[in-house]
Amino acid sequence: MSTIPSPEVEALAPEAALSTLPAKVHRWRDVLHIFTQNRKVSLGLYILLFFILVAIFGPLIVRGNPNAFSKDVLLPPSPAHWLGTSQTGQDLFIQVVDGARVSISLGLLIGLVSTLLSVLIGLAGGYFMGWIDEVLSLFTNVFLVLPTVPLAIVLAAFLAYKGPLTIAFVVIVTGWSWSARILRAQTLSLRNRDFVEAARACGETTWRIIFYEILPNEIAIIAAQFLGTVIYAILAETGLEFLGLVDLNTVSWGTMLYWAQNNDALMLGAWWWFLAPGLCIAVLGAGLAFINFGIDEMADPRLNSSSLRKAAKLNKKSTKK
Amino acid sequence: MRHLLRRIGFYLVALWASVTLNFLIPHLSPGSPVQALMARMRGRITPQAEHALEIALGVNHDPLWSQYLQYLDNLLHGNLGTSVSYLPMPVSAVIAQEMPWTLTLVGVSLVISFVVGTLLGVIIAWRRGAKLDTVLPPLFTFLSAIPYFWLALILLYILGYRLNWFPLNGGYDTDTVVPSWSLDFFWSAVQHAILPALTIVISSIAGWLLGMRNTMLTTLSEDYVLLAEAKGLSEGRIMFWYAARNAILPNITGFALSLGFVVSGSLLTEIVFSYPGLGYALLQAIDNLDYALLQGIFLIVSVAVLAANFLADLLYTVLDPRVRMGRS
Repeated sequence: MSTIPSPEVEALAPEAALSTLPAKVHRWRDVLHIFTQNRKVSLGLYILLFFILVAIFGPLIVRGNPNAFSKDVLLPPSPAHWLGTSQTGQDLFIQVVDGARVSISLGLLIGLVSTLLSVLIGLAGGYFMGWIDEVLSLFTNVFLVLPTVPLAIVLAAFLAYKGPLTIAFVVIVTGWSWSARILRAQTLSLRNRDFVEAARACGETTWRIIFYEILPNEIAIIAAQFLGTVIYAILAETGLEFLGLVDLNTVSWGTMLYWAQNNDALMLGAWWWFLAPGLCIAVLGAGLAFINFGIDEMADPRLNSSSLRKAAKLNKKSTKK
Repeated sequence: MRHLLRRIGFYLVALWASVTLNFLIPHLSPGSPVQALMARMRGRITPQAEHALEIALGVNHDPLWSQYLQYLDNLLHGNLGTSVSYLPMPVSAVIAQEMPWTLTLVGVSLVISFVVGTLLGVIIAWRRGAKLDTVLPPLFTFLSAIPYFWLALILLYILGYRLNWFPLNGGYDTDTVVPSWSLDFFWSAVQHAILPALTIVISSIAGWLLGMRNTMLTTLSEDYVLLAEAKGLSEGRIMFWYAARNAILPNITGFALSLGFVVSGSLLTEIVFSYPGLGYALLQAIDNLDYALLQGIFLIVSVAVLAANFLADLLYTVLDPRVRMGRS
């Protein structure tokens, strides 16, 4: 059962795999290779791609007013209404497709802005050290220990304007600190490496060192943090919508769940009302989590279960002999 | 010792920050609780009544800083204001009444989830590459991405509504039993708690399992594990006393941190099950624009999280000699 690294395990290390290809010429193939060499990453990417396509093109194909009432009240899924209808006869399929736009774009927007915020704060703190770091670290750590979900709820409850931007603001404020802390630690360990020293000796400006020398070396971590933040954003956003802390006329997966809950969909036996929006969130979230999981495995091949399986087989063969 | 003092200093700053945020958010946002109440009564209220309400709810028109000092003074005396939705109960009494429900439900589920998840993590890491190891991690990744209030809805629909195995809402059967230290009440409470607890366990177990598996894989490749194998120690001994013992540290810290979220971690689950507790009180507070209660709950939750973080810090120093040595 010892873990003597087998050739396969070695070959899966990303640096090793990439160094066998000539640089630059195959850059795009390299990128594709990263995406396809790990099954979890490619599965996650397919899921993400699917939902993004639905969000962009879905409402153009599935036309109809998601809030329109009709006489088909509380029908289970049928060819006429693929996902059934609500208590006021709204077509749930149109709502899910339309809601994808709000839920996904909001999730990505929140992820983007809060990652940007954490990159700025994390890199600045880690690079400058001294009092700047002290202040930024204190700031980060305080936000880290504030309970995020309750803070988000309190904020959303008190803000007078209840639109998607309120949600974005609330989730960004409560969601950036974790990544900032991780990036700070990483920057701290990079700032004294030789290549940074060399850049400093060459007289490069501070901002160039930070964004052209250090930042590219943290891309993998930033990507993982971004995906994690998007998952958090989608869950938090849905939670706030489910609590009714938003403009309830906006159709999104969270508000669909709010209406289902508040119209006692459960007691009416209308399982289709809350099944689809929740399932979409779960599948999308799992897709993002799979990508993250895969990135972890590529960075640390010891975690990879498929290469472990090969190693286990090899071990068995060698012990049988 | 210096390290400890620094940490204590930090937690005091964090506590001050959360108290101040708690004060500022409602005061800087437009509208006041009295106006909200008036809107609910459609403005049919005399000026005298409005003034009386303002006094009862602690609204005044002093400058912000003097209100802030009053707020701090009230906090130090344990005065969190009066709840509108549970009128005329003070907020502290509402929280004291709802807290035991939350603590029991979430506390017990946390322990179950931690123990089962960590054990499963140890086992699948030990049998790395086996079937269990390829099936469980992706499955649990999926489960952890489900919004837990939605999982609650699904479980409630299938196990409660369709199969009728469990009661649909509440913390106990209000028709047959009254809260007391009797066996009947206890049994009723357990029946009502199973579904919410199951929801919390399912949606939180993945973190423990995956965390344990990953650190365990690192320790399993250490030389001392190889040596233990060479010495011919029993499998169980190597698994638990050599590998798992050294891998469990992040999970224990995580456990300490989660203790803080016992108070707040399942607000939405409680709401779905109409389970008594802070989550349910929070929903009442939102629906009734009960700002004092909202602030009170946030305060309690922040204090719990800060205390748990402090505990995690302490545990880390006690359990990991490297932290102790490195800093002394």
